[in-house]
Amino acid sequence: PLSTRCCAPSSAAPAMNCRAEVLEVSVEGRQVEEAMLAVLHTVLLHRSTGKFHYKKEGTYSIGTVGTQDVDCDFIDFAYVRVSSEELDRALRKAVGEFKDALRGSGSDGMGQISLEFYQKKKSRWPFSDECIPWELWTIKVNVVNLANEQERQICREKVGEKLCEKIINIVEVMNRHEYLPKMPTQSEVDNVFDTSLKDVQPYLYKISYQITDSLGTSVTTTMRRLIKDTLAL
Amino acid sequence: AMDTDLSSQDRKDLDKFIKFFALKTVQVIVQARLGEKICTRSSSSPTGSDWFNLAIKDIPEVTHEAKKALAGQLPAVGRSMCVEISLKTSEGDSMELEIWCLEMNEKCDKEIKVSYTVYNRLSLLLKSLLAITRVTPAYRLSRKQGHEYVILYRIYFGEVQLSGLGEGFQTVRVGTVGTPVGTITLSCAYRINLAFMSTRQFERTPPIMGIIIDHFVDRPYPSSSPMHPCNYRAGEDNGAVYPSVEDSQEVCTTSFSTSPPSQCVFTVTKAHFQTPPPVVTDTLKVPVMGLAFSHQLSSSRLSYQPAALGVGSADMGYPVLLAGGLNAAHPHQLIGPGKEGGVPPVPSQPAHGTQADQERMCTPLDGVHYSAATPSSSEDTETVSNSSEGKCGSPHDLLETIFIRKVGAFVNKPINQVTMANLDIPFAMFAPKNVELEDNDPMVNPPESPETESPLQGSLHSEGSSGSSTGNTHDDFVMIDFKPAFSKDDILPMDLGTFYREFQNPPQLSSLSIDIGAQSMAEDLDSLPEKLAVHEKNVKEFDAFVETLQ
Repeated sequence: PLSTRCCAPSSAAPAMNCRAEVLEVSVEGRQVEEAMLAVLHTVLLHRSTGKFHYKKEGTYSIGTVGTQDVDCDFIDFAYVRVSSEELDRALRKAVGEFKDALRGSGSDGMGQISLEFYQKKKSRWPFSDECIPWELWTIKVNVVNLANEQERQICREKVGEKLCEKIINIVEVMNRHEYLPKMPTQSEVDNVFDTSLKDVQPYLYKISYQITDSLGTSVTTTMRRLIKDTLAL
Repeated sequence: AMDTDLSSQDRKDLDKFIKFFALKTVQVIVQARLGEKICTRSSSSPTGSDWFNLAIKDIPEVTHEAKKALAGQLPAVGRSMCVEISLKTSEGDSMELEIWCLEMNEKCDKEIKVSYTVYNRLSLLLKSLLAITRVTPAYRLSRKQGHEYVILYRIYFGEVQLSGLGEGFQTVRVGTVGTPVGTITLSCAYRINLAFMSTRQFERTPPIMGIIIDHFVDRPYPSSSPMHPCNYRAGEDNGAVYPSVEDSQEVCTTSFSTSPPSQCVFTVTKAHFQTPPPVVTDTLKVPVMGLAFSHQLSSSRLSYQPAALGVGSADMGYPVLLAGGLNAAHPHQLIGPGKEGGVPPVPSQPAHGTQADQERMCTPLDGVHYSAATPSSSEDTETVSNSSEGKCGSPHDLLETIFIRKVGAFVNKPINQVTMANLDIPFAMFAPKNVELEDNDPMVNPPESPETESPLQGSLHSEGSSGSSTGNTHDDFVMIDFKPAFSKDDILPMDLGTFYREFQNPPQLSSLSIDIGAQSMAEDLDSLPEKLAVHEKNVKEFDAFVETLQ
């Protein structure tokens, strides 16, 4: 269910400063989760910092971000993610829903999952805060069905190679050092970062997905908010 | 904006950032090649010692080597810090896999804030490095190291040397960070072809130090045969030069365990041989890593190409080598620089050894043991190569070294010494024996279906099959036995299992088959007018029926 209290939904057209990156993958059904997690975690690795601790005079110190290797079971691939169980859980939840939706009726195995980073701009009551996206990652997924084990083995390797390319693409984008929100003051930090996790601090993000049904039309299934969006206005 | 000079505080900070960035870069790269999964914890309270706000452990030996290579300098224009990752097989062949380069170019960004922006961007670059180190081919190789090969690293400072990577190497850029004194660039050049080293090259860099990979189980051979191992370290101070058969041979192996600091183990062992290392008894085909490599590294077939000598500069790096080298003309024999060619043949006897105090070679669980190059190793290259070229006679067509197979921890019986198969080419074990391998690999070629097919196969493959009962060759599941629970039924004279087997491949519905479908379609169309007429006649009945429903 859509929470109506927080930000108004982002407009269809991205804001002026929002850069958009699109990645496409073709995977077997059982590889969907791992492939999505690999991409999302790689993006969030670059878009998370340590927890801020504000001190007086507007200075702050930053906590430490740990990392860990994750091996995929269905893909010949490994990736690095931030060491945060909360973050991992949140991503797995979203990806799980996406996977179920892909499998569900009315889907021909095509869909896309989006990771959007945004900033909040407070508005005065009764208007809800605005969410201004500044970076949007879209992963288009095409689920293939394979007939036998030999094909599956080849798919394991091929998808692994493809994901390596995607990681390189992501890193290329990250390296452009384009717009990033300004480091916020203490009062503004929740407008820029998700401060709800206890060990790391990603930029505010939301994950949504769309499934293309067999008629080829796009059905927006859910907007899922993964931030603590019960702000009292 | 005004072009301001860098304040001295900023300059000091910047230099410190670059220095620690270089050290952390080396740590990330080396740790990514240990063959283990790395895991560090996030900590919300800043400890003050985690550079760039990232939890990257510092392996002391690695830091030491990096500092040694940098020698107090920082990467600058024309002075790059390079981390070379190479692979060394148990036969002693080595090959460069990657060169990671931290370079500085002249493009300055005078306006950038050092303590803030540069620092954060360096942090971002380290994250990118963490990600990229897992996607180059060497990562998967390094995860599988331990038995047939190990992965080594070498740090050098100065000019980047890419010639050892073979032809067609690829480059991936990790990222750049502009600073007021120049732009820092981090990239990786990696080999994509497993090219063989020529034997000539191998002659020039013969085994320098020996690490016997396994404990000797038996004594190698009787004292009557005058074997000579290949020279280990000619010119070494303690004088271990060309021992004859009976001489005790000192092999100093220094191995580091570069697993995380909590398990850090530094050991130095010396092994005294009464006799030279063992010779071959049996030829054992070593399982080839082929499949993984051929997909990972190259789409082209392995080919024999002479490659330029890769290890050109000063340090030999950290060789991990095998005892012994053999004369091509006489397989199963050892030659040494003291000899002029032919050597008496080796009697085949079970090998014995007395290396109980040898340090165990690394397995992926332990992390990689890197043997340290002794300070004299670079000179050794010269001496040894000279001696081996001078005294070993004709160029070798074959090179074969003794490989002592590691006895696994849980193996009951010891494995005798074996040679690596395929004597004529180095890295032969990586050669994809396509036909043989793939034929034998059940994952690639599933076994033929048995005559009596498993019940599940039929039901699972009904969508793919045409419905014929004989068409089932898919073997995704192999049914060992089918003991359905609660399957006994008094009504039917058969149990569930039998029922399944009998009816698992029913013929396809006639209406689904195309021919019949086409026919009936035509028939349907023809009969339509007739049917419509009948319905029209009965329209009153239909209406009445509909009324009753409402």
